[in-house]
Amino acid sequence: MNLEILSSDLLNVAMLAFMGVTGVAIARIRNLFAVVMLSGIYSLLGATLYVILDAVDVAFTEAAVGAGASTVLMIGTLALTSDREKAMPNSNAWKGLIVCALVGAALVYGSLDMPLFGDPMAPAQQHVAPRYLNDSMAEIGLPNAVTSVLASYRGYDTMGEVFVIFTAACGVICLIGRTRRRPAKKSGGDK
Amino acid sequence: MTGMRRKIVLRVVSKLLIPFILLFGLYVQWHGDFGPGGGFQAGVIFAAGFVLYGLIFGLGTLREALPSWLTRVVLVLGVLLYAGVGVVTMLMGGNFLGYNVLGATPQGGQHIGIVLIEFGVGMTVFAAVMTIFCAFAGRAAADVNPVDDIGGDNG
Repeated sequence: MNLEILSSDLLNVAMLAFMGVTGVAIARIRNLFAVVMLSGIYSLLGATLYVILDAVDVAFTEAAVGAGASTVLMIGTLALTSDREKAMPNSNAWKGLIVCALVGAALVYGSLDMPLFGDPMAPAQQHVAPRYLNDSMAEIGLPNAVTSVLASYRGYDTMGEVFVIFTAACGVICLIGRTRRRPAKKSGGDK
Repeated sequence: MTGMRRKIVLRVVSKLLIPFILLFGLYVQWHGDFGPGGGFQAGVIFAAGFVLYGLIFGLGTLREALPSWLTRVVLVLGVLLYAGVGVVTMLMGGNFLGYNVLGATPQGGQHIGIVLIEFGVGMTVFAAVMTIFCAFAGRAAADVNPVDDIGGDNG
């Protein structure tokens, strides 16, 4: 094992350890403002891991949406509710922990059968990926193959994603976007 | 959310930062086919500039710069632009979202189609983030001071 692989492994382990610590802190802390900030940090660590995995486009999205937009929206939600989590009678805490440990163990057991990361013989690399990587420059002509896949080869799927975002915004408008009618001065102010 | 316009450091720094955030959003939008990025990321970054403006100067000021009817129009236009490109390619004799027919050469057509649909994605994502932020912030403002007109038209 040469030095480069060793340092990359160390970085992965360190990032995962940070994410684990952040996750435990999110579960333990009762101050919801701190929890929102920690979830932003969790997203940022996830984005860093994506960069290490050479998925810069996904990392970009995770940093912008996970660490940026959703943190602001969560803070906006805190302004509507309370910034303290109510203390729950924790009689079920051990049951929850056991379920989490069992599911986690099952997932780790399942991952043992998966091909190694970056294995060229993995089924995911055998199907359409060679065509995208070999022919996209001739067929689409874009240097960023991710954009070629997202916008052209899989343009129909991306349109579905845009519809999902559109529907989410419409739902928010329907649920809380309208101003409640106020008795005084401004009448008929709903749009 | 009445803003923090009395904090001079926040006010000055945000005024300095917002143009660069918007510029970076445009760069990510139009440069997504050559580097990392694209409509999704650009929409969120562009919206982040406006969210920062709203956080510092208050929702009412933000709504003067970006009225709610405008975000709703942009929200719909983005989806329509994306699906419209597909309809246009069908009318020009290709498959739905088969961009080859859009240009003189297949590659040129692909480039035109991808730029257009990425712009549609960016518009919808930007408007969706702004809609959700303003809905939550407007609700908070209406709860804090119910007679204040700050949340006049949310969403």
